[in-house]
Amino acid sequence: MENQKTSAYYENRAVQFGVVSTEWLAQAQSATVHHSPPPPPPPHDNNNDKPFSVIDEFDKWRKHPDLAEAVAAIRALAAVISSSKATTMMQLEIQLKNASDSLKSWDATSISLTAACDLFMRYVTRTSALEYEDFNSAKSRLLERAEKFGEISFKVRLGYLTLDNRFLFASSMTITDWIRLQARKVIAMLSQDFVFDGCTILVHGFSRVVLQILKLAAQNNKLFRVFCTEGRPDRTGLRLSNEVAKLGVPVKLVIDSAVAYTMDEVDMVFVGADGVVESGGIINMMGTYQIALVAKSMNKPVYVAAESYKFARLYPLDQKDLAPALRPVDFGVPIPSKVEVECSARDYTPPQYLTLLFTDLGVLTPSVVSDELIQLYL
Amino acid sequence: MDAPRVTPTIADPKIRRVVFFASDSSATVLPQPQQLPETHPSGNRHVASGSFDPSENPNLATAIEKKEEVPQSSSKPLKAKTTKAERRALQEAQRAAKAASKGEGSKAVTESDRAAPVKSIKQSSEKKGGPSYASGATDKKAGDRPLEKDRKKDAPPPQSQFDDKSRMEKARKRAAVNPTESRNRVELFQHLPQYEHGTKLSNVESKFFNLGLVHPAVLEVGLRYSAGDISGGNARCIAMLRAFQDAIRDYCTPPEKVLVRDLTSKINSYVSFFTECRLLSMSMGNAIRFVKSRIVNLPLSHSEFEAKAALCSDIDRFINEKIILADKVIVRHAFTKVKDGDVLLTYGVSCVVEMILLYAHELGKKFRVVVVDSRPRLEGQALIRRLVAKGMSCTYTHINAVSYIMHEVTRVLLGASAVFSNGTVYSRVGTSCVAMVAHAFRVPVLICCEAYKFHERVLLDSICSNELGDPDAIAKVAGRMDVNYLNNRASEDNLKLLNLMYDATPSDYVSVIVTDYGMLPPTSVPIIIREYQREHLLL
Repeated sequence: MENQKTSAYYENRAVQFGVVSTEWLAQAQSATVHHSPPPPPPPHDNNNDKPFSVIDEFDKWRKHPDLAEAVAAIRALAAVISSSKATTMMQLEIQLKNASDSLKSWDATSISLTAACDLFMRYVTRTSALEYEDFNSAKSRLLERAEKFGEISFKVRLGYLTLDNRFLFASSMTITDWIRLQARKVIAMLSQDFVFDGCTILVHGFSRVVLQILKLAAQNNKLFRVFCTEGRPDRTGLRLSNEVAKLGVPVKLVIDSAVAYTMDEVDMVFVGADGVVESGGIINMMGTYQIALVAKSMNKPVYVAAESYKFARLYPLDQKDLAPALRPVDFGVPIPSKVEVECSARDYTPPQYLTLLFTDLGVLTPSVVSDELIQLYL
Repeated sequence: MDAPRVTPTIADPKIRRVVFFASDSSATVLPQPQQLPETHPSGNRHVASGSFDPSENPNLATAIEKKEEVPQSSSKPLKAKTTKAERRALQEAQRAAKAASKGEGSKAVTESDRAAPVKSIKQSSEKKGGPSYASGATDKKAGDRPLEKDRKKDAPPPQSQFDDKSRMEKARKRAAVNPTESRNRVELFQHLPQYEHGTKLSNVESKFFNLGLVHPAVLEVGLRYSAGDISGGNARCIAMLRAFQDAIRDYCTPPEKVLVRDLTSKINSYVSFFTECRLLSMSMGNAIRFVKSRIVNLPLSHSEFEAKAALCSDIDRFINEKIILADKVIVRHAFTKVKDGDVLLTYGVSCVVEMILLYAHELGKKFRVVVVDSRPRLEGQALIRRLVAKGMSCTYTHINAVSYIMHEVTRVLLGASAVFSNGTVYSRVGTSCVAMVAHAFRVPVLICCEAYKFHERVLLDSICSNELGDPDAIAKVAGRMDVNYLNNRASEDNLKLLNLMYDATPSDYVSVIVTDYGMLPPTSVPIIIREYQREHLLL
């Protein structure tokens, strides 16, 4: 259905992480202010007259630059629960299923959205009917969970999904103790052992996790320098270089086609991921595969930083074996009418080109991703 | 048939004595009987051995005593370490001697002359031989046996079974189906059971009624295995389980026995019968483990009827869930990887791959199929016939052309006989070649395999575990008399024919394994084994 449409996920990213602008700062500010008031479901509960749309809800949340798409999806699903008039668990489940299906089909290109919906559905089907007889308490419990999903580390959620009683224990803990976006902090901490003094890091695209890693490394007084790719066509690299420069780290911008040229100076490659797939490979912004290939041929390690909610049950066999995610490419000049433009926004990097994945579950080799997914979904 | 072991039940003392001499002389000291008629026509056999001479002694009882001592005292310095088989033979000789001493000793003396020819017959039948082995090989062997024995002592004990002579000797005695010795073994594959030709049926028949322990359903399936009627991992496994079901239904616990123990030993004997007919596949091994674990875990409170019903339904469930439904799930998964315009290549016949192709075709996917086949089995022809009948556009080629055809292929779909925990795929010989070529052309290789075929062993090559097929099948071209250059050459010493049945595909060449648990990288096989093997044993 999305075949000819452009990818909402990548458009949103372009808007959020494109070239730095003052609006962005203002937007970020307003977002953080907006966050402190309690979660969204209650206000939505009041205007029941208007037909509820999970997509509107999701769209509202995803605009926040600091909020991952997955969290937005779960908040939207939480809104579904709270606005639901279902009286049995089964009805609620069906409603949730429909909502998550419509979310998934609304933007088939966003892997973390799909993964988050799947995860939440998994949680609902796994725990609800078994644990609580009383429907209302079950419902409020689910709601509580969903709200916390947005707040606390996904590590807790993933880790405890398999151990339900411990999960409940965790959920009864005070959430205020948990810092928001814990997952990224965990990842940043785990990765510090790999950043050594005097190293040169090549970074591709804008990833909040990678930025967090660099931030923490700078705070730890590590001496390193960063090469940022330009990241055409969004030029997300420009923004990252700006952020890194603010940390006081020497940074150099590299055009995308100069990756091989600079690779001999580079000690390691850091990339984020839009999705981590079952083979252990990643789906990421266009150009990642190319960089991984160059790095592999020069024996440089490629590290991927990704939160575990990006793990998706997908198994692409090659580059074309994905739902196409298109995005307009601006060449600065008009394109002659007979010229076709490759508009795909992402590519797939097979696991053999990746060295390690830094996730909130720990530092994983690519092959462990599938093991984690098996434990989660089977 | 194991002659020494049945001595207590055989009534005729003559036969018993013959047995006693034969087993004694052949196994413990020297293999006289073949040698004897030529070198010592007088019948004074034991002169050749030099150590003792029982036939000269009129009193058999003392002779026997002597014998009992002599092998120990005189052969000890000769062989520092007796092999298991030798010790066993010695024991049996002693036992037989005791039995004989109870009988009339005088008869034995008069019969000693007659014994020689009878013995040689006995031995040749014991060696199981086809004529080729018994007449040619044993004679030669008997001649230089002492030397050979010395050499064997010095050599380190062989690790694998089928090149270990003494063990093979034992195994052959146990065997219900008689293998004939094939003479030209290929060096690396000597440890594997050699393919044997025909004449099984008569052997089985004669043995079967003596042994009387194989259920008819099991017998039928076993014979169909050895005839090659049932092939393909799933079909063989299902046939075996159905035979077990029949056997369990007809089973009744003998008095003073426990169902759990007795049925397990029954199943064991059926399994060894199947092994004689054709080597078990890995998947069958897993299914057998399942059946046995179900038997062992039967609650003691169950009556015999209940236990049998429970077992039968468990087996039914295994067949349904692990094989039939698993195939359906695999088809659904693999279907998502078939796109319009694809060219799918498959090798040989895999029922799952065929189901995938049919399913995708039914749902209106536009794709082309390349079936790669190989001699000598040419299984792909049956597949291509079925696919063409469904109206698919197909290409049929032999494995020789796989590197040519590969550049137009977009997906390679392969079946597997087993997948090991290091991700190695064990499948019909040639699969590895196809996967390697696909890998070189960067074509994704999908292995479609039910999770019950996963095995926790680690396999590194195709040598350690394999099956040998009929060597004649590769030497002959059916229907082409003009190219049958190897027709009568198979018996030549410097020609060794190797017809392997399986090969191991390293996990590097495998892009994805499609199982009933979803699509997995080959590195995740041990996880599935760890997480689900227990469950699948318990079901």
